[in-house]
Amino acid sequence: MGTSALEFEKPLVEVEKQIEELRSMAAEREINVDAEIAPLETKLGELRASIYKNLTPIQRVQVARSPRRPFTLDYIRLAFTDWIELHGDRAYRDDPAIVGGWARIDGETIMVIGQQRGRDTKENLHRNFGMPHPEGYRKALRLMKLAEKFHVPVVTCIDTPGAWAGLGAEERGQSEAIARNLLEMSQLTVPIIATVIGEGGSGGALALGVADRVLMLQNAVYSVITVEGCAAILWKDGKSPEMREKAASALKITAQDLLELRIIDEIIPEPPGGAHANQEVTAAAVGEALLRNLDELRRLKPDKLVRRRREKYLRMGQFEE
Amino acid sequence: MAWFRKEKKPRQPKGPRLEIPADVWEKCEACGHTDIRENFNKTHNVCPVCDYHRRIRAIDYINILLDDGSIEETESDLKSVDPLGFPDYPGRLKKALTNAGDSDAIITASGTMEKMPVNLGVMDFAFMGGSMGSVVGEKIARLGQRSLEKKFPLIIISASGGARMQEGVLSLMQMAKTSAVLSQLAERRIPYVSILTNPTTGGVSASYAMLGDAILAEPGAVIGFAGPRVIKQTLGQDLPEGFQTAEFLLDHGMVDSVVHRGQLKQTVGQLLRHMSGKPAATGWASS
Repeated sequence: MGTSALEFEKPLVEVEKQIEELRSMAAEREINVDAEIAPLETKLGELRASIYKNLTPIQRVQVARSPRRPFTLDYIRLAFTDWIELHGDRAYRDDPAIVGGWARIDGETIMVIGQQRGRDTKENLHRNFGMPHPEGYRKALRLMKLAEKFHVPVVTCIDTPGAWAGLGAEERGQSEAIARNLLEMSQLTVPIIATVIGEGGSGGALALGVADRVLMLQNAVYSVITVEGCAAILWKDGKSPEMREKAASALKITAQDLLELRIIDEIIPEPPGGAHANQEVTAAAVGEALLRNLDELRRLKPDKLVRRRREKYLRMGQFEE
Repeated sequence: MAWFRKEKKPRQPKGPRLEIPADVWEKCEACGHTDIRENFNKTHNVCPVCDYHRRIRAIDYINILLDDGSIEETESDLKSVDPLGFPDYPGRLKKALTNAGDSDAIITASGTMEKMPVNLGVMDFAFMGGSMGSVVGEKIARLGQRSLEKKFPLIIISASGGARMQEGVLSLMQMAKTSAVLSQLAERRIPYVSILTNPTTGGVSASYAMLGDAILAEPGAVIGFAGPRVIKQTLGQDLPEGFQTAEFLLDHGMVDSVVHRGQLKQTVGQLLRHMSGKPAATGWASS
């Protein structure tokens, strides 16, 4: 866990340190400390479970953004087989902030598309922190159309702070690229399942998120604006922990909130300690959920699939009349 | 002490003084040109000196585009609620209802335009910055539904800072909702014209605003995904002159045409005639 531990994980680091010290001492003096370590391990497990059971919204934001969390390519590696990546939008360039390609789940071909973040600075510069340019969204759309052509379902992984806000992105039509995806995804004739695996940041997330089923990992967040942006606009303070916490609670961005608002369809449980505590277990849970939902969606005829998807989005919103 | 002192003599008015009350004067925000309101209104609030397109209300656009006597407001009884229990949202809504009227951030209407039946939605920046919440999404969805049923063209004039964050992800989903309606229109080959006014950014520009069969923009309008302030902050550098203006978008292939407010009605009319197989308007057939 070490240096990248989150503030609320500090008690865990303490216990981990104790275990580590015992181990190295045991190795040095060639003695057996299993009896001493066992209760500490139990304590660690209990502590982790209790901390992660009661995460506040702002803590979930931190977990969702953690560089230790599994990313799109990790799920591709762990939950799918036969992966072959496809590059480029055929118009401008390949955007490394979005990855996509053919893969298989349970032997059946799917098209996987997702934002890809980086674990370290170098990787993040390459991936632009998972913030796509228009060409990234256009690549995604190209791959969705390709999947449609061969009657293959589309599976997306959402993990982005948002679409990139920069000169080139604006020049090349960031708005149009996102808007186009929303429209095309609402009429794609193959099943689409979107999974929010980390941070679902606004329009940049939704551009991969119009789907028959939207799944969300237990500690993922999905929001119309970053908590910092919201606090800065409404309370002129996007930096202080208090205002960020206020925004995180007010915006209703947790999986539980969004299930209650019927924005998402299902929460995928994470192991105690979060997705990063056990990537394999998390990926297996994602794979199971995808397979189950795909089985249901595959039974629907294309026109019924599209009609139901549209109807679902047409129902969204709360108002009075 | 001065050697000479000017003798104070009250100036005699040369003729009867024209009394104009102070509150009818208006000033162009761009060049400072001052004129009486009536004169600004004659040009649809386009400055006669510098051509700056001043902000006007949704109802003004409806009056510009639709034929007199044909206008019928639709979906006027939809009201925003506070689905998340968001801090201060009810207060802000109340203030907006008092100051900007009770149509929320969009007025939708049916009517005729150059005698063609159309459905028109016009966003109102005066209502919470034209922000898109559930009501805006629902009004557009219902207006689109009207277009689907009667095969009437759809026109939407945008003026918005983006999604209404006080309704959280529900606002975000309005982007998907409105796009889903437009995909139905596209499928049935019903023309949709999108008109972008100052400003059109965020979730509105990244959904229905950029999905028109024709996209027109008013001169000088700021149009973009991220607002200029956000980009400046992200990049830590000044933005190039004219960045994200309507003319910039035209240069970069993002809009079909930049259209002067005075030409808006006839331009939309011409486009709709082409797209719905109608003959040219009188006076256009031979030119």
